[in-house]
Amino acid sequence: MIIGLTHYLVVAAILFTFGIAGIILNRKNIIVILMSVELILLSVNLNFVAFSAQLGDLTGQVFALFVLTVAAAEAAIGLAILVTFYRNRGSIAVDDINSLKG
Amino acid sequence: MAAVFFYLFSGVLIASAFGVITARNPVHSVLFLILAFCNGAGLFLLQGAEFLAMILIVVYVGAVAVLFLFVVMMLDVDFAELKQGFQKYLPAGLGVGAVVLGELGFVAVGWTSAPSAGAAAASPILAHVTNTAALGQVLYTKYVIFFQVSALVLLTAMIGAIVLTLRHRPNVKRQNIDVQNARTAKTVVELKKVPSRAGV
Amino acid sequence: MIKAIVFLPLVGFLIAGGLGRKIGARASELVTSGLLVACAVMSWMVFFNVALGQGEAMTPVLGNWFTSGALKVDWALRVDTLTAVMLVVVNTVSSLVHIYSIGYMHEDPHRPRFFAYLSLFTFAMLMLVTADNLVQMFFGWEGVGLASYLLIGFWYEKPSANAAAIKAFVVNRVGDFGFALGIFLTFKLTHSVTFDEVFAAVPGLAGQTIHIFGLDVDALTLTAFLLFTGAMGKSAQFLLHTWLPDAMEGPTPVSALIHAATMVTAGVFMVARLSPIFEYAPDALTFVTIIGATTAFFAATIGLVQNDIKRVIAYSTCSQLGYMFVAEGVGGYSLGIFHLFTHAFFKALLFLGAGSVIVAMHHEQDMRNMGGLRKNIPFTFAMMMIGTLALTGVGIPHTELGFAGFFSKDAIIEAAYAAGQHSHAAMFGFVSTVVAAGLTSFYSWRLMFMTFFGKRAEHGAAHDHDQHAAHGHDDHAHDDHGHAPHESPIVMLIPLAVLAAGAVAAGFVFEPYFAGHAFDEFWKESLFLGPHNHILHEMHDIPAWASYSPSIMMVLGFLVSLYVYILRPGTAQALARAFPGLYQFLLNKWYFDELYDFLFVRPAFALGRLLWKGGDGRIIDGLGPDGVAARVVDGARLAMRLQTGYIYHYAFAMLIGVAAVVSWFVAGGMR
Repeated sequence: MIIGLTHYLVVAAILFTFGIAGIILNRKNIIVILMSVELILLSVNLNFVAFSAQLGDLTGQVFALFVLTVAAAEAAIGLAILVTFYRNRGSIAVDDINSLKG
Repeated sequence: MAAVFFYLFSGVLIASAFGVITARNPVHSVLFLILAFCNGAGLFLLQGAEFLAMILIVVYVGAVAVLFLFVVMMLDVDFAELKQGFQKYLPAGLGVGAVVLGELGFVAVGWTSAPSAGAAAASPILAHVTNTAALGQVLYTKYVIFFQVSALVLLTAMIGAIVLTLRHRPNVKRQNIDVQNARTAKTVVELKKVPSRAGV
Repeated sequence: MIKAIVFLPLVGFLIAGGLGRKIGARASELVTSGLLVACAVMSWMVFFNVALGQGEAMTPVLGNWFTSGALKVDWALRVDTLTAVMLVVVNTVSSLVHIYSIGYMHEDPHRPRFFAYLSLFTFAMLMLVTADNLVQMFFGWEGVGLASYLLIGFWYEKPSANAAAIKAFVVNRVGDFGFALGIFLTFKLTHSVTFDEVFAAVPGLAGQTIHIFGLDVDALTLTAFLLFTGAMGKSAQFLLHTWLPDAMEGPTPVSALIHAATMVTAGVFMVARLSPIFEYAPDALTFVTIIGATTAFFAATIGLVQNDIKRVIAYSTCSQLGYMFVAEGVGGYSLGIFHLFTHAFFKALLFLGAGSVIVAMHHEQDMRNMGGLRKNIPFTFAMMMIGTLALTGVGIPHTELGFAGFFSKDAIIEAAYAAGQHSHAAMFGFVSTVVAAGLTSFYSWRLMFMTFFGKRAEHGAAHDHDQHAAHGHDDHAHDDHGHAPHESPIVMLIPLAVLAAGAVAAGFVFEPYFAGHAFDEFWKESLFLGPHNHILHEMHDIPAWASYSPSIMMVLGFLVSLYVYILRPGTAQALARAFPGLYQFLLNKWYFDELYDFLFVRPAFALGRLLWKGGDGRIIDGLGPDGVAARVVDGARLAMRLQTGYIYHYAFAMLIGVAAVVSWFVAGGMR
């Protein structure tokens, strides 16, 4: 069958769901959260590129490039924070991180 | 033919995404992530965005995922099972998930692209230019400000990461340039008259 | 001049009260006493002018107090014979008490405050007697109540004094409430509160009824009854009398001034002043007679067994006030005022004399610890003897020889008999006053015998719970000097002498004016006698035995008292042991305090506690500030549960939010 836009959108949606699930249902460690965020961003990129191909508009790919950039920066900062946190707390289990509890 | 590759790439992509979030060993998670990125790049290739696909490999896999791996190795992370607390949120999660899925269904089924949308492209893809060159033509002209700003974002991130994680070791020697520049002859050099054969 | 008389004590109050600390105690004493002596002299001048002479009654208006619709109340000072009589009484006794207090309160550190309060009281009392309208009278009424409170609780460090002061104020308040209702009713009926206008309107209201609580009652009777309840409270009549014995917690000069001569007589004055109203309300007058008669008898019975010297005299006052009301109840207003006049002299004399005894005994007030004092303090003994003779009404009937009380008391008894021919209430009044005369004689002589005759008991031998109250308070006035009883300083003895002169002479000098043929020239328009009121003539037409009966009872009382206390000492204790129930009943004041405590005080406290804890605390505070605060805390606690600190919870919340927003738009787009 012809692979149309809808197929790519479905794939992106599934990926997005896995990313969300990874954030919410994760109990193990923070790194998985960061990786889930990367998954979400990947799904978004997939969306952009799919629409760009459909509409014949380069704007989608340009934006996907920027998303990529920001994702890289964010991953770096996130990991830096994680490292600092680990140095101070000694643990990165998500269940232990509740100092902001009201 | 393209369909086969599509299903292959997307199947592996989804499977490895699942693996990211369910692997016990965090190193396995990272490796699954790398696999996911590679397959994503494959999907991009299928759609004609080859520059983006390569950049995905270079930046994501080559830098970000490796960074993840570094951190995972550096931190002493335990293997852990998916805990039972999972169960408590499952109904609510499934509910919300069902709602979102429903909406996605609405959109997917009831949405069509406007017929004139294709003609209204802001930066049309030209047939005779390679993807890279086309991107270059658009990026450095129409979106140059965004380009510069994203560079600034990267700079900020870099500085931030260094600031957060830099630790001054106590006994590592380093230069303090200000002190060095402020040194004058008077403070360091001392002339002593040494009688011959006497020593200091 | 009348303005000076009324306002000089106010000036004294302001000086001693405001500047007392600066000018010192000595100066406060002298300023206030000096001003009051000046007032007393001026009062006698007014008396000679207006009452005895041909001076016109006048009513200088000082200014408007307030005007509200039809109600117009002015500050005005009414001066007529009744006022002049009261002025003389109030100012004379007050000035003598001021002078006496210079000696009695000699070692008290708070003298300026004391003298300031005495002057304040005098001012309020003067406002009361010179009032030209009911509201101004009420102002003076409340003012004397306030001064009484301040003076009873003068030694405020003592909790019993504070309790007594509050009791006096609260019981007075019950009466004042009735008085206020009476004023309201008067205004409603006559559309004015000024005396002249009210009195002019009263004859037209005779027979008018008002519909209240489903009943039709005679308007004037109800008004007079309500106004009389105020008198009941202020004059410590039966049912509202419980405050008077406790008021003895105050210093003795206070008891002499307020609770013998002036404040408690305000009720009597008020009934006399409102005689035009009462004359048209015969049922109210009957009620007055019954209450007065009951009080006269009942207070005398209690006075028989009291051991505190001041309390005996206090109950005696209560009883004598009953006499005054009996007189007014049968229509003899001038007789009531006559007895007020003479009673002021000899009762103040007795109180101040008792103060002298107390000082001599170094603040011992229990008579069981006294005895044989006539050798130690002969002048006080002589003064108190004169007072007792006046109180018991020693005199020779049908002659002009007798002490003051003889004339006034016998006049009341005769009038009661005369009225008793056509009124059962008045006959009841006659019987009870005659019996009370005997009881009065008994307890007065008992007081004299126990205090001045016989042998001294060991100091502190007799104690009961009253004693602990008694021991504390007068200690403030003097230190214990530790030697034998000696006479009081001259500054305390001179007032006694002046009062004794009045106790001797006031009767026969003034009898024609109050009860005799000079009645009309004396009183002129100030007292009103209704068309059927011929009591002053009838009282001279009674059978001989009736007119001798008070003297007979007086002699009987003397003889019984002599027997019990002098000839056969120990009889009293034997009688008390033989009739323990009766003795306890009388000693505990007919258990009225316990009854009121059960009926009113405890329910009031319970209600107060209910409203405070339940109403105020749980309902108002609970729904209001506390409740709102607690709900806020609950809300915050609920909100807190959202703040778990776990990232995945927050992410989940974000997801829900996104889903909601998208659903909103999808639903919005689905038309």
